[in-house]
Amino acid sequence: MPEGKVRLATVWFSGCSGCHMSLLDLDERLLELAAKADLVYSPIVDIKEFPDGVDATLVEGAVGNTEHLELVKEIRSKSKLVVSFGDCAVTGNVPSMRNSLAPEEVLHQVYGEGDVPGLEGGAVPKLLPQAVPVHSVVPVDAYIHGCPPPADRIWTFVRKLLAGEDLELVGEDLRFG
Amino acid sequence: MITLEIAGRQVQALPGQTILEAAEAAGIHIPTLCNLKGLTPRGACRLCLVEVTSWRGKVVPSCATVVEEGMTVVAHSARLRELRRTILELLFAERNHICSVCVSNGNCELQDLACELGMDHVRVPYRFPALGMDASHARYVVDHNRCVLCGRCVRACSEIEGAMTWGFAHRGVDTVVATDAGGPWVDSSTCTECGKCVEACPTGALLDKGTSVAEQVKDPEVVSRVTERRPRA
Repeated sequence: MPEGKVRLATVWFSGCSGCHMSLLDLDERLLELAAKADLVYSPIVDIKEFPDGVDATLVEGAVGNTEHLELVKEIRSKSKLVVSFGDCAVTGNVPSMRNSLAPEEVLHQVYGEGDVPGLEGGAVPKLLPQAVPVHSVVPVDAYIHGCPPPADRIWTFVRKLLAGEDLELVGEDLRFG
Repeated sequence: MITLEIAGRQVQALPGQTILEAAEAAGIHIPTLCNLKGLTPRGACRLCLVEVTSWRGKVVPSCATVVEEGMTVVAHSARLRELRRTILELLFAERNHICSVCVSNGNCELQDLACELGMDHVRVPYRFPALGMDASHARYVVDHNRCVLCGRCVRACSEIEGAMTWGFAHRGVDTVVATDAGGPWVDSSTCTECGKCVEACPTGALLDKGTSVAEQVKDPEVVSRVTERRPRA
């Protein structure tokens, strides 16, 4: 990692936000993280545009709609490291349970019969045919397993990141679920 | 006794023993999935592959290969690590192994193997097949989404219980385990409801009805306990 503070970003795609909740479960370790990193884009900060020159982006969630697909490509081009953060990003996990159904059928089953308001005119991003892992769309540099990843596992990873070490997790830290 | 070399160590084995049995007796760990002590080896999952140097490096399933005098076996190498990891990735990609909502979350041999073999992600595309469950039976459920076709249920049912309820239906990628050659489990006229298939299953494919996420704990060793107590022919 470069001199000075690490420019860290997080993003929330097709997931339940549980990975972000688990990030907040770092508790007092967040103070140490805040001393060494700036959160430059995240659902928990009020920044609308994904900035340039990001050191690492944690991606929560599967790539499930057109907005995710566009943003993940932008994130890849503006981030030195892209990290699949949690099982949905790594495997598709729960959002991928819709993948054997057509997107129209999913909307029909969830929202009932007739027109679904907001789908016309692009007000709501269109569902992709399937919710897929991040690495199937853009190259991914590291993976954090778990649904959600336990805070201790996230901290193991973050410490490696801040220290500029190899980001590979091993053993029990590769447990899905 | 037969003397052979496994993982650089001199190991003794009885004639007819498999490489896996000889390795385990010597405390040499080889990853397995379809193998279960007490059942006939089937060599289905290929995770226990080893290289036999004395056979010009041929790769064989250690669970189903009998030891030979003077054999030299490599149990761990970069080549084997890559083969085993790829096999595991194919197993994960083949069906819908969604650990977070699985009854066997935290007690699953497939999930354990991801940790053991360092599988940080699956490099092949997931298939996301449309598979169902059969919850017709009063006590047990089969969830085809979690099945790895190891055949432990099929072997436990035929070799230990003698009921031969479980078998394989269809072919190739469409293969599924089936009761009485297909049809709802509740209609099976051969099932004795002994539950050994559930205990033998390494994943959440067979479960006790009513279990929820992470609640299913299995006892696959029941198979070897039963066989050891039986009088031998």
